Amino acid sequence: MTDIIKVDNLKREFIVGDQKVLALRGISFTIRQGEFVTIMGASGSGKSTLLNILGCLDTPTEGEYLLDGISVRTMSKNERAKLRNMKIGFVFQTYNLLPRTTALENVELPLMYNSAVSAKERKEKAIQVLEAVGLADRMYHMPNQMSGGQQQRVAIARALVNSPVIILADEATGNLDTRTSYEIMSLFQKLNSEGKTIAFVTHEPDIALFSQRSIMLRDGRITKDEKKTKVASAAESLAALPKDEDEMVSIAS
Amino acid sequence: MNITNLFKISLKALVSNKFRALLTMLGIIIGVAAVIAMLAIGQGSKQSIQDEISKMGSNMIMVQPGADMFSGGARMSATANQSLILGDYEAIKDQSNYISAISPLVNATGQSIYGANNWPVSMQGVNQDYLSIRKYNVASGRIFSEREIATAAKVCLIGQTVVTNLFGEGSDPVGKSIRYNKIPFEVVGVLTEKGENGMGQDQDDVLLAPYTTVQKRVVAITYLNGIFCSAKNEDVSDKAKTELENILRSRHHVKAGDDDDFHVRSQSEMLTMFSSTSQVMTILLAVIAGISLIVGGIGIMNIMFVSVTERTREIGLRMAIGARGIDILTQFLIEAVLISIVGGIIGVAIGVGSSFLIKSMLHWPIVITSSSIVLSFAVCTFTGVFFGWYPAKKAANLDPIDAIRYE
Repeated sequence: MTDIIKVDNLKREFIVGDQKVLALRGISFTIRQGEFVTIMGASGSGKSTLLNILGCLDTPTEGEYLLDGISVRTMSKNERAKLRNMKIGFVFQTYNLLPRTTALENVELPLMYNSAVSAKERKEKAIQVLEAVGLADRMYHMPNQMSGGQQQRVAIARALVNSPVIILADEATGNLDTRTSYEIMSLFQKLNSEGKTIAFVTHEPDIALFSQRSIMLRDGRITKDEKKTKVASAAESLAALPKDEDEMVSIAS
Repeated sequence: MNITNLFKISLKALVSNKFRALLTMLGIIIGVAAVIAMLAIGQGSKQSIQDEISKMGSNMIMVQPGADMFSGGARMSATANQSLILGDYEAIKDQSNYISAISPLVNATGQSIYGANNWPVSMQGVNQDYLSIRKYNVASGRIFSEREIATAAKVCLIGQTVVTNLFGEGSDPVGKSIRYNKIPFEVVGVLTEKGENGMGQDQDDVLLAPYTTVQKRVVAITYLNGIFCSAKNEDVSDKAKTELENILRSRHHVKAGDDDDFHVRSQSEMLTMFSSTSQVMTILLAVIAGISLIVGGIGIMNIMFVSVTERTREIGLRMAIGARGIDILTQFLIEAVLISIVGGIIGVAIGVGSSFLIKSMLHWPIVITSSSIVLSFAVCTFTGVFFGWYPAKKAANLDPIDAIRYE
């Protein structure tokens, strides 16, 4: 299997005032094609900085980062924008859908920045991925007409539409209740089983149970990088939840 | 990202904020409408002055005795000058190459009397050419003949105002006899109505007689009050003027460097003179209207800043999924230009509409030139680019990491 992500002794410094803050102090790991990796850590552990670098939004101060065999460190802003457009699918905690824009148009968005894709292809591809995330009947709904879980599915469809080499999810279940979280995780697991490579940043240990591998970060260093022998199935966990969970949550809140 | 896609995105953003976009446009709409209407009014008044002046005569050149002449130490008024004589008229007639018609002018003031009616009118002693020079036509009767000029016959042509005041409106006085300063004159013709000229003078309050008659029988003078000529066409008007000056200068023995003892004025000079005042007005109005366009532009800039701030997360997302700085810049720039162009189109419509409204309500002369439309349109497009640039640049320079988590 090929290496999708390969980082070697990654360091990232920030200058805050006169002080040098070391967010990443030398990180090395490899993510291979078809892996489902969770990156875990408390706040301040450097996981956001790492995700920004993996997502080509930021560049490391030191160390090498190869995305699908391409060295990112010396790339210009525009080159990285193009790379993100072609190789990466982002899923954010707050969905980040465009308001007053239909699900379909939201999903089409990444392809609009790729002039090689025609309007017809774009629409076909968007419909295809929306069907894959189970939103065939919601294509022309606006974000405010959908639940959080549905909005996140649209966001996942948007991340899939450019056929990326890796999906980077940043606390993708952070704004969702347990039941919906499990639904989303089961979608991620399904995508992974279909061959998608996924890197999932989270601070919730129960979410990490659904991945095959967990990387723990602390103070800018990897403290643990373990492959799991047993991966929990999100679909099964979902079925195991009490039926009236939603009601209980609404009463509790 | 191709430009069509960016255009769609920008259009969508505007449509989803219709009311705000409209309010922003309002500044541009008012500015453009003002520019168009002001230029229409300015051009209209200029045009009407030009029309009035051209109605005064056909390529007319006037020679008047010069001012600033001293006679025994007392300064004389221009009309009291006696520097122009019949010899000058004849010399010009013989020597000039650019003149198609020429008439001497001798003025007399007095009272015209017919029956129980009397009317003060200035008598103008002229020849037959005078009618074509001043664009007078004979409504009924005839012009006085060469023979009548030679014999200083007591005949006259009268304008409509004189007809009305002496004979009553609509009557035909041809063949009747009037008295002017107690001298009887036969009315041989009536002039067609001409109306007021650009300076508000009644051009129908006129009594024309042969210049010989006026010189010999009415005022008993040998000099002329002026000479009127028509240049052959508009293009030679200036040449004709120079030629007249040279002829008169040599006849009057004016030494090089000395002041002329006469004035030559052409109609085209008057045109320039009167147009220049309205030109200044037009520029002034256009500047005021232009300022409102700038204010409109600042409105666009303001709203674009609000829009950029409000859509920071959207910008962050677009960057994360592959939009380059230039894509974001273009998107916001198109938005600003769309506002200004749509505002410009509405503004042109309102400007043209209100111009016609002014025309029909106030009866002001209105001239809408295509150049004023093109100009205001170009300016408002430029305004959109100019004032949209900075907010768009700000959007393009956002850091996607910060922008996407912006609250």
